[in-house]
Amino acid sequence: MIYIHPDKCDFCGTCVAVCPVDCIDLKEASIDIRNDICIDCDLCVQICPIDVLEGRYEKQI
Amino acid sequence: MKNRYDVIVVGGGPAGSMAALKAAEGGASVCIMEKDRDIGYPVRCGEAIGELGLKQFVDIRPNWIAATITEFRLISPNGTKIDTEFSGQKGFILHRRIFDYDLCTMAADAGADVFTKAYVNGLIIENDIVCGIKVNHLGDQKNIYSKIVIAADGLESRVGRWAGLRTQIRMKDMESCMQYTVANVPLKENRIDFYVGQEYAPGGYLWVFPKGPTTANIGMGISGAYSKDVNPKKLLDKFMEKNYPDVSILTSMCGGVPCAKPMKDAVRNGVILVGDAGHQVNPMTGGGIVSAMKGGSIGGTVAAESIKKSDYSKSFLDKYNSILKKDFGDTHNRFYKIKEVISALTDDDLDGIAKKVSKIPEGDRTLTQIFKACVMKKPSLIFDVVKVFAGV
Repeated sequence: MIYIHPDKCDFCGTCVAVCPVDCIDLKEASIDIRNDICIDCDLCVQICPIDVLEGRYEKQI
Repeated sequence: MKNRYDVIVVGGGPAGSMAALKAAEGGASVCIMEKDRDIGYPVRCGEAIGELGLKQFVDIRPNWIAATITEFRLISPNGTKIDTEFSGQKGFILHRRIFDYDLCTMAADAGADVFTKAYVNGLIIENDIVCGIKVNHLGDQKNIYSKIVIAADGLESRVGRWAGLRTQIRMKDMESCMQYTVANVPLKENRIDFYVGQEYAPGGYLWVFPKGPTTANIGMGISGAYSKDVNPKKLLDKFMEKNYPDVSILTSMCGGVPCAKPMKDAVRNGVILVGDAGHQVNPMTGGGIVSAMKGGSIGGTVAAESIKKSDYSKSFLDKYNSILKKDFGDTHNRFYKIKEVISALTDDDLDGIAKKVSKIPEGDRTLTQIFKACVMKKPSLIFDVVKVFAGV
C-alpha cells in the first residue's frame, strides 16, 4: 500500500498522471489513494518531486 | 449553475480559458469548472514564453510581464558558460497569476460562466457518449449535462481517462519538477540561465528565470527515468545552497511536465483534450503555455462548430486532431526526437560542445555555427540529427 505524508504534499498531481490504474484522488488540498485498487507499482513514489509518498509493500519491489 | 450547457470546460488555466473564450465567441453556452478556489493560483510554471507565440492570441498587457528577456546563458556541467542573444524575437517571464486571471476574465466577458471550487469527479456517459459531468461544487454534488466536454484539467487529466483516452504519461516522458520563486537574488534582468548535466538535473535542466530586478523563478526538472534515485527538491536545495545561499524563498512549488509525443487522438465521443491534458507541451523545452493556448483555441472553435451543426460525433471532432497535427503536432514530434538525441549526451559530450561553442565569437553564434561545433565534437550526432529532420 501507499502511505501519504499529508503535511508534505503540495497537491501538484504528478503522481496522478503516472498512475496506471487511476487510483489517486486529488482535490484542491486533499489527496487520497484507493489502496484497494492500487497495484503497488511504485511509480507515484518514484515520480513525486518532494518524497510525499511512501510504498509499504508486502513484497519487495 | 445551470444544469445544462453546450460546452463544459474542466480547468481554468490558459488552455481552458482559451477554449471557453472561443466556444463562447462561436455562439455556444459555456461554463468553466475550476477545482481550486482561485483562477491563476497556485502557479506551477517557470512562466517563460516567447513574444511571437503569445501575441498570436491576445494583445499583450504590460502588467502580465515580469521581465523581458533578450539573451540566454547555457552552463555546461564543468561550468563553461555560453552567452547568446536572441535574434528576431524577445521572450517574457510572465506573472501567471495575473495572466491566467485575465484570460479567464476574457472568457467570462464573452459569456462563459465560471465556477471555482468546482471539483469534477466523474463523467455522465450514456451509450458510450459523454454527455455531462459530475461535479462537487462547494460541497454540493451535481450532475451537469453538456454536448461537449473540453478537458483542460492538466497533466492529471482524469477526465480524459474516464472518457477512455490513454492520457497516462510514461515515466521517461514525465519531468518531475521543483521551483522556488526567490527574492534578494543577484541577477541580470534580461537573461535566462540554463544549467545542464547529471549533477544539476539528470534528463532535464535547471533554470533561472528573472522576474524583476531582484526576484527570480529558480527551478529544475528531472526525467522520471532518473527519479527513483534522485529527487528534484534535494538537487535544487543543493544548487541553491551553493549558488544563491542568501535568497529568501517567497513561493515553493512542485509539479510535473508531460514531455511526451503529441497524442495522435485527443478526442472521444463528446470529449476534447486540450493543454497539458492532451500532452500539448514542447517535449524538448517543456514549454507549454503557447501550445496550450493553441490547443484550447482550436478545441473551443471546433466545439462551437459542432454545436452549430448539431454533430458531436467522433468523426466530426476528429477535425481537431488533424488541425493540431498540422499546427504543432508534427513539430512536437520532431522535438521529441531531438530530446531523445540530447538525453543520450554525456556530461563529457556537453562540456566538449560548450568548449567548442565558447570559442565562437558571441556575435557569430548562430544555430548553424553551434551545430557545427557539436558535430566536430561528436561526429555521430550528425546521423542522429539527420534522422530527426528526415523524419525516420
